[in-house]
Amino acid sequence: MKIADKNTKAVDLVKAALAKAEEYKDYNVFISMNAEAALAKAAEIDEKIAKGEEVGKLAGVPYALKDNYSSHDGNTTAAAHILDSYHSPITATAVAKIEAEGAIMIGRANLDAFAHGGSTENSYFGPTKNSADNTRVAGGSSGGSAVATALDIVEFALGSDTGGSIRQPASFNGVYGIKPTYGAVSRYGVVAMASSTDTMGCFAKKAEDVDLVMGIMAGQDAKDSTTLPDYWNKSLDEVKPAKKKIGLIRDCFGDGIDPEVAKIVREYGDKLKAQGYEIEEFDMPILKYGLAIYYVVQPAEVASNLSRYDGVRYALRSKDVKGLDDVYVNSRNEGFMKENKRRIMIGNFVLSSGFYDAYYLKAQKARTLLINAYNEAFEKYDALLCPVAPTPAFKLGEKTSDPLTMYLEDAMTVPASMAGLPALSVPAGKTEAGLPVGAQLIGRAQSDQLLLSIAKQIEDSEAK
Amino acid sequence: MSEYKITVGIECHVQLNTKTKLFSAVDNDAVDKEPNSCVSPFDYALPGMLPVLNKEAVHKAVQAGLAMNCKIGLESRFDRKHYFYPDSPAGYQITQMYKPIIGAGVIHLQGFDDVRINHAHLEGDAGKLTHFDDYSLVDLNRAGTPLIEIVSEADIHSAAQARAYAEELHRLMIYAGVTNGDLYQGNMRFDVNTSVSKTDELGTKTEVKNLNSFRSVERAIEYEAARQIALLEKGEKVVQETRGWNDATGKTTGQRSKEGAADYRYMPEPDIPPVVLTQEYVDKVASEMPAMPDFYREKFEPLKLDNSEREAILNYPLLAGRLAEVCEENIKLAPRVAHWFSGVLLAEENLDKDFSLATAAELAELSEMVEKSELSSTAGKEVFIQLYNKKNTSKTPHALAKEMNLLQENDEGALEQIIDEVLAAPECQKAAEDVRNGEMKAIGFLVGQVMKKSKGKANPGAVNKLIQKKLS
Repeated sequence: MKIADKNTKAVDLVKAALAKAEEYKDYNVFISMNAEAALAKAAEIDEKIAKGEEVGKLAGVPYALKDNYSSHDGNTTAAAHILDSYHSPITATAVAKIEAEGAIMIGRANLDAFAHGGSTENSYFGPTKNSADNTRVAGGSSGGSAVATALDIVEFALGSDTGGSIRQPASFNGVYGIKPTYGAVSRYGVVAMASSTDTMGCFAKKAEDVDLVMGIMAGQDAKDSTTLPDYWNKSLDEVKPAKKKIGLIRDCFGDGIDPEVAKIVREYGDKLKAQGYEIEEFDMPILKYGLAIYYVVQPAEVASNLSRYDGVRYALRSKDVKGLDDVYVNSRNEGFMKENKRRIMIGNFVLSSGFYDAYYLKAQKARTLLINAYNEAFEKYDALLCPVAPTPAFKLGEKTSDPLTMYLEDAMTVPASMAGLPALSVPAGKTEAGLPVGAQLIGRAQSDQLLLSIAKQIEDSEAK
Repeated sequence: MSEYKITVGIECHVQLNTKTKLFSAVDNDAVDKEPNSCVSPFDYALPGMLPVLNKEAVHKAVQAGLAMNCKIGLESRFDRKHYFYPDSPAGYQITQMYKPIIGAGVIHLQGFDDVRINHAHLEGDAGKLTHFDDYSLVDLNRAGTPLIEIVSEADIHSAAQARAYAEELHRLMIYAGVTNGDLYQGNMRFDVNTSVSKTDELGTKTEVKNLNSFRSVERAIEYEAARQIALLEKGEKVVQETRGWNDATGKTTGQRSKEGAADYRYMPEPDIPPVVLTQEYVDKVASEMPAMPDFYREKFEPLKLDNSEREAILNYPLLAGRLAEVCEENIKLAPRVAHWFSGVLLAEENLDKDFSLATAAELAELSEMVEKSELSSTAGKEVFIQLYNKKNTSKTPHALAKEMNLLQENDEGALEQIIDEVLAAPECQKAAEDVRNGEMKAIGFLVGQVMKKSKGKANPGAVNKLIQKKLS
């Protein structure tokens, strides 16, 4: 990516990014812009460069921030009415690290409210449009971040992935998107969705750029007790597969998968083969329960995490209140989107006494079986290959009335989330109609850099 | 009515005196602080805030568990307990529902049967609400203060035993050093579950919450047992419910029945990894535990103190420690020091004295002076009181007694001179004559005159003997 130096002014990089954001305004990529602060920071960096001072690894690089990360710049709305007036007094660890290296946030990117959704249609601020076809969805929930990267408004964008929220929009827009190992990047300061699978990742157009950004964001944080000691510290060329063997998950190429998607992902497998990888097809029958497990555990954690938005201390309080119950009921009723409410209800149901064992506890047990199945696969393979989503980007409004088909979008992304594994969405090709399709590489815990290294080999081979 | 058996189980919340809160790095001591001044973004439940477990709280919980003879859970876990109320900013309390840090144990009581501990768990306290006519104020200073909730088995069968249990828990927590133990500030709060039954099957229980004195624990149980028995005698049923205690009226009143109780929708807390302790760590904490009340009870056994006197001293670890030190110096001198503690120091109205001022050596020295009749026992008490005056920290008991002109005159020569003067005085002739005639009652008057003339320094026993000798 282009980094400010003696010949490239940070102010020019930021101005160009802001101009592009304006040019693509109709795509509804951003919830709010950060032009003034961005230009001021760029000017500071240019001054430092002129003086010969250190400016960081991402000096002057414009980026888009998913609007569920807290920072002093702008309101952190999570694309929800209940938070649209909320200005955070703190900065998320991931943002602080990126900004310390000189990156410049030009705007806060759109998402499904509270990251609930796979299309960015559940935003209080309206849907974001697909970068390849503006009649189609951006994917989600990190739709704004994916489109901002794909339209070249920014060099990279931060997103969050709980069940596919980075990988699926990356696939729909033809850019890289990584969901790192659970605990690789601090969650501190990011509006929580489902805490046990929330991960912070990014979008970029090259594997190396993803690696650069993630290497900066990753690492242990005293403010997030689930973070792992820093392991993101090699160069991609150093990271070598042990077996040069990749497992193609056969279960993900059958019914319900768009034939064009299946073809493009298999072709990506062929490219790997050409680079000397052995591709072996295998079955992972437990994957068919992945979605069911996820849609029990995730709503339970969502319901719990959204309890704090009660209209008492901050954020939206309904004007229509006569007593405490009204503060709760009316504020939450006015402030949450339909999909938020649906998940709150499912979550509270599965946690209710009498149902806890039958749903939540059972789902957690099945989750253990899923993890075991992955561990078994990684005894044989360096990485697993499958599609990211069953289809390319669908039409705006096509699935909004049927939440179940929307949930099916997540079928191939949620299993890695439930197991805490790193997974990378790699731009693999386009359909006849010109819609991007991503291939998904899944690795064992903490093998994030191996996935990027594999993708880079293909990227390099195609550049030749 | 005596055939009813009362059964009580007690839940006790103990606020731990850690420097910072259980999950956030802000001041845990909110006494005299502005409302909402000890509050972090986490306590305020801002978006994206995560709990970070306070290691000191874990350490204190282990100490508390060891003080109660409890098993320590080498792997414990936190859970979320959900309810909507303004004292709970996140909409849930972080507690330990399934795997508490403190397991089963037992509390030994003086004069009552043991009470077993079921478990005790670590959790964050809620905020404080103050209600007005048409609004309420929320103070989150207390939100997130570490608590351990000690859950007893239903082993308690009288109000007096309940009180003894509560008092002993208080002593144990104070000795372990895990709480400030100020009941007035709510550092320890008791919920009592009471039921009555004529059979082995337990009756329907009621819960009286938030009792903050030993006396209210005792009275609330007495009241509840009597109320329940009266209901049953009338052929009515006891309703399972939470009842509030009114200290002024000495009565409980119904608050909410369990039928309408909230479903807390417990869920494992995903933001805090399981707390894993090693046996070595627990052993180390155990080896560093301060002496507990039972240690002192055994130590004071030879002093033959009254139960109430001993327990009163045991309420103050510093005094118990001092007394034990005096025992080490010279055990014969210790009973007198114990009596001073209970009868003088603790009998004072305003107990704002610094108990650390008098050292064991000073107390032993003072006790020895009385033992050797260098001081009268009355004068000994006066010097004792002065030992707890900051002005006197550098003075020995002997120097103090001298300064106060209280040293007894034991020198026979000097005494004889005074006695001779008294016996020669005209106003004493009648009494002297009576004594000579065998009316020994009259000797008191003469001794009194000598004491007066010696300004209290004469040893009355010695004076008595000398007068008798002279008049026989």
